[in-house]
Amino acid sequence: MASYLDHAATGPMRPEAIEAMMPFLSERFANPSGAHRSARDARRAVDDAREELADLVGARPGDVVFTSGGTESDNLAIFGLGTGDGTAVTSASEHHAVLDPVESVGGRVVPVTRFGAVDEDELSRALGEGPVRVVSLMLVNNETGVISDLASLADVVRACAPSAVFHTDAVQGFCWTDIASACAPADAFSLSAHKFGGPKGVGALVVREGVPLVARQLGGGQERERRSGTQNVAGIVAMATAARLAAEDRSRELLRIAALRDRLLDGLLAAVPDAIETAGPDRSTRAAGIAHLCIPGVESEALLFLLERGEVSASAASSCASGAVQSSHVLDAMGVAPDLSRGSLRLSLGWSSTDTDVDEALAVIPPAVARLREFGL
Amino acid sequence: MQVMVAMSGGVDSSVAAALLRDEGHDVIGVTLKLWGGDSDSGCCSVSDVDDARRVAAQLDIDHLVFNFAEDFDRDVVEPYVADHAMGITPNPCIECNRHLKFDRLMARADALGFDMVATGHHARIVHAQDGRLRLARGADLAKDQSYVIHMLTARQLERVLFPIGAMTKEEVRARAFALGLRTATKPDSQDVCFISHTGGGRRVFLGDRITMHAGRLVDEDGSELGGVDAVELVTIGQRRGLGIGIDGRPRYPLDVDVAERTVLVGSADALDVTGEMLHGFTWVDEIARARCASAEGLAAQASAHGDPIPVASVTETRAGVELAWVRPTRRVAPGQSVVVYDGDIVLGGGLVSRR
Repeated sequence: MASYLDHAATGPMRPEAIEAMMPFLSERFANPSGAHRSARDARRAVDDAREELADLVGARPGDVVFTSGGTESDNLAIFGLGTGDGTAVTSASEHHAVLDPVESVGGRVVPVTRFGAVDEDELSRALGEGPVRVVSLMLVNNETGVISDLASLADVVRACAPSAVFHTDAVQGFCWTDIASACAPADAFSLSAHKFGGPKGVGALVVREGVPLVARQLGGGQERERRSGTQNVAGIVAMATAARLAAEDRSRELLRIAALRDRLLDGLLAAVPDAIETAGPDRSTRAAGIAHLCIPGVESEALLFLLERGEVSASAASSCASGAVQSSHVLDAMGVAPDLSRGSLRLSLGWSSTDTDVDEALAVIPPAVARLREFGL
Repeated sequence: MQVMVAMSGGVDSSVAAALLRDEGHDVIGVTLKLWGGDSDSGCCSVSDVDDARRVAAQLDIDHLVFNFAEDFDRDVVEPYVADHAMGITPNPCIECNRHLKFDRLMARADALGFDMVATGHHARIVHAQDGRLRLARGADLAKDQSYVIHMLTARQLERVLFPIGAMTKEEVRARAFALGLRTATKPDSQDVCFISHTGGGRRVFLGDRITMHAGRLVDEDGSELGGVDAVELVTIGQRRGLGIGIDGRPRYPLDVDVAERTVLVGSADALDVTGEMLHGFTWVDEIARARCASAEGLAAQASAHGDPIPVASVTETRAGVELAWVRPTRRVAPGQSVVVYDGDIVLGGGLVSRR
């Protein structure tokens, strides 16, 4: 049996979400912007989904801008939020979907600590260097699982750059935090459906009332002129369904998954000499579903291959367009030594993860590491 | 056997993978991501990886990408730049084969449990009369690549396969056509893969990394014949003339002194030398080394597709391997490789030393 431990990349859709989207791929296919009954039916489905999602994340329906996913939401946030000619500020451990747009507008990048937290002194310094239009600091890091203290960071932003919009990339946070309270300090946040049991290709940027947003994608004026383009009706419906299930299950799943994660990590730390937990031993500040290790003396690329042969799917750092494993800018930002980051391994769990997944990983990973160490790779 | 095939996304390695699969091996295709820099232009661009992946899919074999960019930088690109800064002209393809394809990749293939590594090189592995393995020229002499992989030892050859080495390029393409591979008509790769031709070529690539220095052209008699705008870009022995001598005839670079910003030039005759000193020499094995005691029938090749030049002697000295030509021969730029052949068989090769 295969063990899928790459839920932070994506996971299987919830069957209920698949079921919910199917009618909108067939008989209820209409364009929600149309002027006939079937169009109104599609529009109603989008409106219902918008209300449901808004309710789940502590926003008003009008705040929800449906997009094609997390990357589009982040780009729209960095390029479109706020007014004036101030710059963008983010942290060095952000996803490239935030980091690259910030760099492209000549923004400022704030360092993080060894355990992946945004350095608040550096943040206030960066905010004081000149006018700031938007600040983006992620809720949960996609590689290490580190959860940011957004309330504390928001205080720094409000104090040092009161006119800046505070955005958070909450893409990895949905299953592991109560988004409504976790994102309460933020003016805007990004979501992606496939990270919580929904389909790929749909997400949302939630922008609170009164927060200025300039559209990037112009056309038919959908999403209240904030994101033109015919809505992905089936995807939006499925996203709301998956969000509801994830939110309903959250408190139970948090305990279940954290227990699996602990068994996985403790088992590996015991069986793999010198392996370390990348973001430190305090797991309470990290998402329950993400386990990140550094294993000195192995190369993750080779390790992943042996894991794959043992039917364990995991990931190292990020992958580039060609599919090659690239060194992790997140680990670099945390100052993880190269001999450690070369052997980075991310094992991430989700709603479909079971005890068996953990058992198999524990059976396959230690001997694979031992083999590579024997060969000096 | 479990075979790891290095697939560049070109037609040769595509067909190599196909042949191995058809022979019934357990084949996996691997594309090496070697270069991710700003001037990413050639061998490892995303479109080549796409080609390799799609060919693998057509062949129904698995395909992986290994990121060796850090090694490539350290073992190929940085030495390439450093050599030029010293007026030396390296062959980065040889260093890539030495360090990446037949060192790094083989070590990884070992660790991952593969029996063999295969590539799409036009070269053959043959059994010598004594049963030992020898690297031989590819059947298609015009495409022969034994020169750029001459550093393979007999021990390494035991773990390597060159499935298309016995085929002509035409046969390889015909095979690719017959299989309907998307790489069937893809042109051969040219020149140094990490240098973009649209981006200004070698001059711009090196100019971004080292300071170029203008220099004087000095004739053998000491007279000055003008200047060059970058001594680092002068290749000793190059066929393109540099300046005109007092006798009205073109001059050619005999030596480069980067520190003194000077290029010593001479007439075409002065380019010819009686031999070359080689360092970093790799013998295929001890038998090959012993074979060189008599130079009878030996020839050496000084560029990828250069003609083999008859050799009068191959002598090991403390400074390296000294090669004497049968007749005066145009000097080879320091940093280039010279490979010694017995007929079609590679015996070994080394890097040309500075005079």
